[in-house]
Amino acid sequence: MTAVTDTCPHCAYPVLAGESFCEECGRAIHAGAPGACTACGSASLGADGYCGRCGVRQPTGRDHHETVAGNSAGVSDRGRRHSRNEDAMALAEVGDRVMAGVVCDGVSSSPRPDEGSLAAVEAGMATLLKELRSGTGQVDATRAAVARAAAAIAVLGTYDDAPACTYVSAVVAPDQVTIGWVGDSRAYWLGARPTRLTTDDNSGGMLTAWLGADAGEVIPQVSTFEPDGPGVIIVCSDGLWNYLPSAEDMAQAAPDAAVSPLPTAQALVRLANDAGGRDNITVLVIPFEKGSSPK
Amino acid sequence: MTEQPQFTIRVDQNKYLPVGGREVHAVLTVEASGPVDNAVPETQAAEVIIVDTSGSMSYGKIAEARKAAQAAVDTLRDGVFFAIVAGTAQAHMIYPPERRLLPSNPQTRQAAKEAISRLQADGGTAMGRWLRLAADLFEPFPGAIKHAILLTDGKNEHQSAEEFDADLAYCTGRFVCDCRGVGTAWVVAELRKVGSALLGNVMDIPNPKDLEADFRAMTQAAMGKAVADVALRVWTPQNATLKFVKQVSPALEDLTARRIPSGPQAGDYPTGSWGGESREYHICVEVPPGVVGQEMRAAWVKLVVPDSGFQLAAGNVLALWSDDLVQSTRINPRVAHYTGQQELAGLIQEGLQARKEGDLELATARLGRARGMAQQSGHGETARLLDKVIDFDPESGTARLKPNVEKADEIALDTRSTRTVRMRKDPES
Repeated sequence: MTAVTDTCPHCAYPVLAGESFCEECGRAIHAGAPGACTACGSASLGADGYCGRCGVRQPTGRDHHETVAGNSAGVSDRGRRHSRNEDAMALAEVGDRVMAGVVCDGVSSSPRPDEGSLAAVEAGMATLLKELRSGTGQVDATRAAVARAAAAIAVLGTYDDAPACTYVSAVVAPDQVTIGWVGDSRAYWLGARPTRLTTDDNSGGMLTAWLGADAGEVIPQVSTFEPDGPGVIIVCSDGLWNYLPSAEDMAQAAPDAAVSPLPTAQALVRLANDAGGRDNITVLVIPFEKGSSPK
Repeated sequence: MTEQPQFTIRVDQNKYLPVGGREVHAVLTVEASGPVDNAVPETQAAEVIIVDTSGSMSYGKIAEARKAAQAAVDTLRDGVFFAIVAGTAQAHMIYPPERRLLPSNPQTRQAAKEAISRLQADGGTAMGRWLRLAADLFEPFPGAIKHAILLTDGKNEHQSAEEFDADLAYCTGRFVCDCRGVGTAWVVAELRKVGSALLGNVMDIPNPKDLEADFRAMTQAAMGKAVADVALRVWTPQNATLKFVKQVSPALEDLTARRIPSGPQAGDYPTGSWGGESREYHICVEVPPGVVGQEMRAAWVKLVVPDSGFQLAAGNVLALWSDDLVQSTRINPRVAHYTGQQELAGLIQEGLQARKEGDLELATARLGRARGMAQQSGHGETARLLDKVIDFDPESGTARLKPNVEKADEIALDTRSTRTVRMRKDPES
């Protein structure tokens, strides 16, 4: 017989030396130690991401990540069905009370969609910031950003081997909001009258526009509007909106979005996961406060 | 190193498991894109040809066996170390006369053929002793590709079963042996035991006249081997059980009991020597259940040269828990294909065994079901062999044992039941 040598850190039940899981609460005894396997606590993690003892693949940075910038927040999550997160997001404060956000959803049937969406988001956000900060108008900056994002993902492939993703961006300033998009990721306005701000590039369940080496010339849809009261811009991938398709559904699920953006983003992701998490889930919550342009 | 084959491992599986699911199946296709024809492999090769010269071999069979052994000698590459052994109740050196191997060259091949031409059939049968002599002859060639051909026409009746088993255990891991049974007096189970232990194939040669071509082809295949003693190394997660490792193509062979521990959570399964060829393996791992969305490496499969630890290829068998039943209930077509093949072979062997034991009802049920399966799975050769043992009505699906069955047909059905057919085409890319 083996002697009891320790107690479970979660429930204090006695555990035996060499055991990985608590017999009482079932949780991993050693989980949480730095550099340890998240499932069994072993330190023998392979370079390819699998634990050398229990074989469980370690969550990567993208499996679940959260971001906060200025008054806004975003959460991106792998969901319950996909083995990796092919969505990518970026959120940044452009200047005083001006926010920019980008979400790209990698097309699962394309090769390396996770690399593609990340490249597109990074190029899109970098261009948005550069253009807006150098005084370019919201619409032109949005178009320039889409063009750079399209080029960034296109160079990752060839026509026959093309990583592909959707794209949606929001520029939110006190006097004006500009949305640009390609594909079926969406933006919503949650205010006095909740409104969907995008139309899906989608026909019979198939994307009709996307970014990628096989996409040809990309012409984004761009729209601007001037809200007449306070509200929130939601930017998201279909992993969220499939469960909350209408603007009213979205508004009902996010009642405190304006005052607590991060908890709202977390709650929306949880809602999608609880409903099945069929796809990767990404959501940005960007509050809007009416005012005059800071410039 | 340009003449070394390039190895690849392809994994076919459905990695999705239902909530609480534990059993992971995968078919591994191991392919060695071989050295170019006629290229001389750098690895030394050794060949021992064992010819049964028991009394029952007299008349036509010994003459054909001589021709076959001579054809094999003619097929040997220059420089391959070889010997000819004759088997009765004892093992006898035919060429060279002393107990050793000689390098093949025009002179030694000529001398060997002359010695073979003097072979006479007279004596008993003790295959274990023949194989033991071969093992001793191979002894001075540890790194070489070592291959033997065993030809017999009879039952292993001049040694005890215990001695035979001990001889096989002695030989295991020392060389690969392909076995041929000629005529109808040999015992399929005995040769299968040899082929199994020594990682070789077993074929029935009903007509002695076919021996020559078969020996030539077998020796050619042996000359094409370029890497000796390759093993399948399988790592599994802690608290997982590797339920089985089976070769499923070109023939069925359960390797599960061959495991040699090779490090933490890993074991080696010997596969013998390889030329340009492809083989398939079915493995089944029982893993501790994970949570939905979690991905686990259920097995890490490597093809290695165990002595040096050199890795030739690697592949991952994965488990990913999903609450989507459409994903988790799908059966990978290649796994389904070989599961069916194993079932078919099992039905035939059980049916033939029941027939031998006089349980005609069970025999009819098993063989009839096998006939139906063979039909459906496109196993035309097996269906044809079954038709010599049973009458099958495809309309009603009913079967009836034939009253008189040729012994050769029964042997052919039994021997070939473990041969599998490959999938016709890739079901999905």
